[in-house]
Amino acid sequence: MNNDIKTQSSRGGKRLNAGRKTGTGKFGEPTEVVRVPTSQKPIIVDFLAAYQHKQQLEEAIDISSLMLPALNHKTLNIPLFASKVPAGFPSPADDHVEKRLDPNEFLIDQADATFFVTIQGESMIDVGLMPGDKAVVDRSKIPSIGDIVLAVVDGDFTIKVLNRGKDGSPRLLPANASGKYQPIEIKENMTFEVWGVVTGSFRRFK
Amino acid sequence: MRNIALIDVNNFYVSCERVFNPKLLNKPIVVLSNNDGCAVARSDEVKVLGVAMGAPWFKLKDLAKQHNILAYSSNYALYADMSNRVMSILKHYSPDQEVYSIDESFLDLTAFKSKDLVAYGQQMRQRINQWTGLPVCVGIGSTKTLSKLANHCAKKRPDFNGVCNLNSMAPETINQMFTEIDVGEVWGVGRKLVLKLNALGINTVLDLKRANPERLRQQFSVVMEKTIRELNGIVCIELEEITPPKQQIMSSRSFSYSVTDYNSLAQSITLYMSRAAEKLRRQQSYAGSVYIFIRTSPFKQNERFYSNGRTISMPSPTDDTRKLVNVALWGLKQIYVPNLGYAKAGVMLGELVAAQGIQTDLFSTQKNTPKSDRLMAMLDSINKKMGKESIKLASEGFSRPWKMKQGNKSPCYTTDWDDNIQALDLEQ
Repeated sequence: MNNDIKTQSSRGGKRLNAGRKTGTGKFGEPTEVVRVPTSQKPIIVDFLAAYQHKQQLEEAIDISSLMLPALNHKTLNIPLFASKVPAGFPSPADDHVEKRLDPNEFLIDQADATFFVTIQGESMIDVGLMPGDKAVVDRSKIPSIGDIVLAVVDGDFTIKVLNRGKDGSPRLLPANASGKYQPIEIKENMTFEVWGVVTGSFRRFK
Repeated sequence: MRNIALIDVNNFYVSCERVFNPKLLNKPIVVLSNNDGCAVARSDEVKVLGVAMGAPWFKLKDLAKQHNILAYSSNYALYADMSNRVMSILKHYSPDQEVYSIDESFLDLTAFKSKDLVAYGQQMRQRINQWTGLPVCVGIGSTKTLSKLANHCAKKRPDFNGVCNLNSMAPETINQMFTEIDVGEVWGVGRKLVLKLNALGINTVLDLKRANPERLRQQFSVVMEKTIRELNGIVCIELEEITPPKQQIMSSRSFSYSVTDYNSLAQSITLYMSRAAEKLRRQQSYAGSVYIFIRTSPFKQNERFYSNGRTISMPSPTDDTRKLVNVALWGLKQIYVPNLGYAKAGVMLGELVAAQGIQTDLFSTQKNTPKSDRLMAMLDSINKKMGKESIKLASEGFSRPWKMKQGNKSPCYTTDWDDNIQALDLEQ
């Protein structure tokens, strides 16, 4: 019989090395029991919650260098495919599954900045914008000379090709070889703004 | 120290209208509440004229004529879409976001230690303005209450250029600023509290910041104590990042005049229920209970105020408009009192469950049959293709004289194919 071990009663009491280790709780350091006045309890509880949150934030790495707002954050659609073959040969197509084509993905780069506009009139038919077509306008793109843009001239919306006059002031060109439409020169007394860049268009036949 | 930012769209409803109607720039405009009752959003040009938030429109008519104030009915479909765009853009500026209201969002920027937060705030402003056309202001402080005040300063003081970071300012400068702000601007201090605080000699934000939290807690509530501690930089109110999943679908409207007859009420209830059921099916849920309510106007003197509602459990969850309407109309019969002028009615679908894996009642004869599913799917697809309400229950009514007044609502530019911006030829 080894008597050294029997230093404490075998009934009740705490068992050595049982329970959670100190400092492994939610605060990451040893804790103690304290009596608090009932009236102050909500304040203290809130304070501790905030304290805990702060500790966690301080432990966290500085993410400012990692987290830059991405310019293109498309949601990633992973093809879901689970063909059930009870036994035997797996479907030879499994390895080739792709997501079905989505016209949104084709037309839209930046959904939060994209708006649809209905074309009226024939001033842009040479670039394929027919009356009734829907143009895709992306506000996140920076307009440059030669882009098709949705512009606001004295409060009215119009779609034209962005161009620059000889004096450097903006000019809007129609795309219609009939000569029916004249370029719009922006003068100093006019209000002018490029609302967004036209990135595409679509139409239905039936 | 925590860095909590509050981003808020300036005059949100008015700004949305201006994005799609640039002719409204620099003109005095207001957006009216349901039924075109009160001004719920004002452009700066209107604020200057002394028009208060919530001012009744009929009282403003003379002033409006004099200054050419334009009034728009609220276009919630447009505002909700623009709000979603703003919130979605902001989400990329911090992993911790609380969408606080349709035009406000908190972001926790504490972890961005090496960043110049004023420059970061300017980036947010620039991007939201470019992508959506909406102007926003950014306020940063060590607590939510302080970030709200910082946002107020960013808006009111041009020298901040739309971004105010209290955490990078000297305490004396902040206190000086707080002496110039009315205590009513503090988050959670409403009009009634302002009067009580003024009686105690607390008039400015600084007065409240320096007040004794324990003593004010005894006179007011624990909320007041938290507010004071937050003003002193101790976080008492955490960001609430988790938005609970939609467990209810609500559809209710005010009437254009007080409705007394049962038939008009029944029509309106049928209409609201059809809308709610359509939403229910869109999110692929079934409803386990139906709540319906009616009430008279609480503002009319000399008239009895009556408000009543009834919750009805469905024998088994369903998404069939016909069953839901039947139940709602049964409930309406229980609570309808004749000879009262009703001002509002509505329905709410509760106990929503996912359509997949639904528990059917072993003994029920009311199960959703494949036939009913097909009928509802057909109904929704026809209405989607041919326009709202192409097919509807006859009990929804046709003329609907009680329908909410929305005299001057702008087109739903972003949510309806027929309402897009129209690009013109424009000839010089």
